[in-house]
Amino acid sequence: MIDVHNITKRYGHHTAIDRVSFSVAKGEVLAFLGPNGAGKTTTMRILTCFMPATEGTARVAGFDCTDQPLEVKRQIGYLPETPPVYQELTVTEYLTFVGQLRGLSAAKLTSALDQSIGRLELGTVRHRLIGNLSRGYRQRVGLAQALLHDPPVLILDEPTVGLDPKQIIEIRELIKSLAGSHSVILSTHILPEATAVCQRVVIINNGRIVAEDTPEQLSARLRQSEKVSLTLKSCPADCEAKLQAIPGVLHVFPGQGGSTFLIECELGRDLRDELARVVVTNQWGLLELRTVSMTLEDVFLQLTRHEDHSTETTEATVSLAAAEQTGT
Amino acid sequence: MTPIQAVITKELRVYFVSPIVYVVGAVFLLIFGLLSYLYVGFAGAQAIQLMQMQGGPAQINLNDLVFRNLFASMRIVLLIILPILTMRLFAEERKLRTFEFLLTSPLRVHDIVVGKYVSVFLIYLGLVGLTVLVPSVLMLFSDFDWNPIWTGYLGMVLLGALFLSVGVFASAVTENQIVAAFISFGMLLTVWLIAGLGGLFGDTTAGRVISYVSYMEHYDRLVRGLIDTSDLVYFVSGLILMLFLTHRVVESTRWK
Repeated sequence: MIDVHNITKRYGHHTAIDRVSFSVAKGEVLAFLGPNGAGKTTTMRILTCFMPATEGTARVAGFDCTDQPLEVKRQIGYLPETPPVYQELTVTEYLTFVGQLRGLSAAKLTSALDQSIGRLELGTVRHRLIGNLSRGYRQRVGLAQALLHDPPVLILDEPTVGLDPKQIIEIRELIKSLAGSHSVILSTHILPEATAVCQRVVIINNGRIVAEDTPEQLSARLRQSEKVSLTLKSCPADCEAKLQAIPGVLHVFPGQGGSTFLIECELGRDLRDELARVVVTNQWGLLELRTVSMTLEDVFLQLTRHEDHSTETTEATVSLAAAEQTGT
Repeated sequence: MTPIQAVITKELRVYFVSPIVYVVGAVFLLIFGLLSYLYVGFAGAQAIQLMQMQGGPAQINLNDLVFRNLFASMRIVLLIILPILTMRLFAEERKLRTFEFLLTSPLRVHDIVVGKYVSVFLIYLGLVGLTVLVPSVLMLFSDFDWNPIWTGYLGMVLLGALFLSVGVFASAVTENQIVAAFISFGMLLTVWLIAGLGGLFGDTTAGRVISYVSYMEHYDRLVRGLIDTSDLVYFVSGLILMLFLTHRVVESTRWK
């Protein structure tokens, strides 16, 4: 549905995005993850034909963003960073205007209007001026605008900003329900959101894609060791050394209070069984034993931090991990 | 409904919800009424003087004494008032970030430019239409020729149309409404003064060309009751040029 090939955008001497390529299949939800200023918005602006790329091609639903902007725009529902609302209009007037711009016929418009107002629970405010609505409502009006003409492609720039926790969950559910019938790109820097909603994550930093995969595989491929957390009831002075002596254990890091340890093991080995046996034979009192998986947060920080020091290392790690994955 | 119609409807709606139209309209009508009152009073004083001198009823020409002066004075009024009406058109969209929304909607840039221009022109036409009350009331008490008044109105509509197009252009180049108003004010005043520059050259080719650029002589001829195709061409081509430049400016924001 969306096909981006080697796009580069330069503002004078500043390169905002550098040879970015990715694609989104029909019905897929893709998260664009990255720190502020990484190039997320620029990429979205190129896809929505707001600005052309300096180099490279972007295609949406088979139409080229530079050569056939009108066709591309018809396929897209776009929510920019700031909800694009007119304060002097009421919610209904605004959405009617949006529908007319997109060429919906009068009959279609009425049903589309009711549907998107219902979907985003704007019924109680539909006759109020947008200028008098709170930030959360404006954001929802912005989303209603993007969904109004039921476009096959949705591009949402930080869709849950400014919403309260209950609304955030509702919007995530909404986006999930759109998967399958719509292709969605959403940008965010809230990592749980990406894990909750998306099938695939693209991590972008300093204008370059540093990783692209499902959230689970991303954390798996960046894991260089298995980590196990162990909590004991009593721990004599020699327990650290005894744990260290178990074959396969790389490091033992004492945690808070002295009774919790973070144990790093060799990749691909589950030592929980062995650890438990050692604890029980020594009668240290086993309170907790669990594996620690890498959250997307860790992945993100690791990738974007590495990126700052040396790009090559990260890329080497990622491609190595990718090679491993295809091997298994 | 076509996208242009949608843009026009929305702009009119925004104009009438915000106080701009009411304030600008009230000031415009007040000044028009006040000027008319002054010129009629002045004509009355002249008539009394004439009657005293002749010792009988005097004939005075209202077309010359009232309407020509009135239309001539409206130049400066339009110059000050119309930039206020146009300043928000593009500047506000940029400031409120709705500009990106418009440019990513499936409509062409000229739909946006023409739609916005037509909306503000309709408002201006409405205001001008209301001023027809003045000659209509005067008609009840006096006798005058309507034809130069219609050409005067034609001149005022064309002059306003040109001023509005300059204002739309100025609004497109900045996101600050005050700056937009000031740019159009400055541009209009400069073109006004070009007429004086043309006058310095006298009746030479250079002088005629420079004078032609200014709207002064074209407007004056219409106010005097002369309809000349070259004047109509001047106004229409001027406003098309300004709208074309606006189109280029809006389009160019995509390439920055």
